Amino acid sequence: MTVGIKKAARPRKMSFPEGVYLVEIAKALWLTMSHLLRNIVRQEGIRTIEYPEVRREMPPRFRGLHRLMKREDGTPRCTACFCCPTACPAKCITIVAGESPDPRVEKFPVRFDIDMLRCVFCGLCVEACPLDAIRMDTGWFTPPDDSREKLVFTIEMLLEKRG
Amino acid sequence: MTGPLFDLAVVLIRIGVVFSFCMGLVMVFVWAERKGAAYIQDRRGPNRASILGWTAWGMFHPLADAIKFLFKEDFVPDNAHRAYYVIAPMFVIAPVILSVAVIPFGPDVSIFGRRVMLQIADLNMGFLYVLAVSGMTVYGIVLGGWASGSKYPLLGGLRSAAQMLSYEVSMGLSLVGIFMVFESVRLSHIVLEQGELLFGVIPKWGVFVQPIGFILFLTAQYAEANRTPFDLPEGDSELVGGYHTEYGSFKFSMFMMGEYLHMVVSSVIVATLFFGGWQFPYLHDTGFLFPGGFSVSLPEIVVLLMRCGSIFVKSLFFTWMYVWVRWTIPRFRYDQVMRLGWKVLLPLSLANVFVTGLVLLLLER
Repeated sequence: MTVGIKKAARPRKMSFPEGVYLVEIAKALWLTMSHLLRNIVRQEGIRTIEYPEVRREMPPRFRGLHRLMKREDGTPRCTACFCCPTACPAKCITIVAGESPDPRVEKFPVRFDIDMLRCVFCGLCVEACPLDAIRMDTGWFTPPDDSREKLVFTIEMLLEKRG
Repeated sequence: MTGPLFDLAVVLIRIGVVFSFCMGLVMVFVWAERKGAAYIQDRRGPNRASILGWTAWGMFHPLADAIKFLFKEDFVPDNAHRAYYVIAPMFVIAPVILSVAVIPFGPDVSIFGRRVMLQIADLNMGFLYVLAVSGMTVYGIVLGGWASGSKYPLLGGLRSAAQMLSYEVSMGLSLVGIFMVFESVRLSHIVLEQGELLFGVIPKWGVFVQPIGFILFLTAQYAEANRTPFDLPEGDSELVGGYHTEYGSFKFSMFMMGEYLHMVVSSVIVATLFFGGWQFPYLHDTGFLFPGGFSVSLPEIVVLLMRCGSIFVKSLFFTWMYVWVRWTIPRFRYDQVMRLGWKVLLPLSLANVFVTGLVLLLLER
């Protein structure tokens, strides 16, 4: 077996004007200056999003914060079937079921808490739900907060959110 | 309105104006650096600090920085040599301020029948004083590095000492050509000489009679001011912060201020030596006098304002040049810096001196 010899690419030898640097520096200065002037004249050409005032448009399939869907009469669609906490790999969903006043529906969630600090945004809860009651289409991610308790989202908060 | 009181007032006003001009330019410079850097890199730059909802394009950020630094804890590390540690930032800032003294900001003017120079001190050793005084900034940096009692600042200080000393040699030599052409080291004389015309067409500015000297001097100035592409005294990855790693609060801000002041002063010096100082092209005491014989006469006050404005604009351009170059050219490796200093700039400046001397000799014949 022979040892293969690989020819590494060496940098091209610089020509004299390039070696002197001055011409190249002048070209580079012109390049940076053109960027500067363009950005002064056309501020909207700058791609930076000024975050708190302007928010990025999230793509439609972005998995953001959860929300709970409502029926037409305003009650939550969720029937507390426990599919989502079962599918959840992070064990961040806590459901307490209660008997529903509606005779057509067996149960409803008394409590539906999502611990946003544990959630990994995998979207398995959405796929597990048989009633399309939980969605992740709010297009927004976990906001910062100053206590752990504030980041456990309750059923009221989840029902309020809009897609 | 004559007598010693008048003289004293003139001296104080001159010092006040020049000092506040340089300090003000430092503020604007810091702002221009941050905003200019942002625009060059297609970013937005500082735009949050505001006074009563007015952000002034981020102009208040340097002010906010200064206030922040003022109110921080004044801290001296355990291993530091207390006295030297405190002295070091002053040693950076003081020589720079001193060297502004000999720069002429305008022609002589007569106020109440007395001739007043727009220059703090017209020393006959002129630029030699600038070289001597600005050479002392190196002490501040070495002292800061050593007195911190920590290894990283020491290495940073050593590095910048080596760099500044090696470039000081070619900086001095690159100016010998200028002194030979204008036959003086007195700055007011050099500026006056630059008001003449070369071949009756182009102004006899330093840059036209000494183009190589100009490039060499500018390069050496960048190295002296520890700016990119020669910003080796500060290396976040290898030195943490450089010679001011252990400094905080206002002492750190003094280092930064000294650095920016150094750049402001060196741009004023470049403008004075190579771009005619307060001379405006083709502008004479009575008005414009173009080479074709065409002339426009202007009142005396307009001429004076144009001349003072001329050095202001030139200095602004060269301070901007520092920012511009910083965000254009990547930094050199340390051995490249040393090679450029000793093997390129030094022989070139010596050759420049030789050729200038030869040409002057042949012209005299």
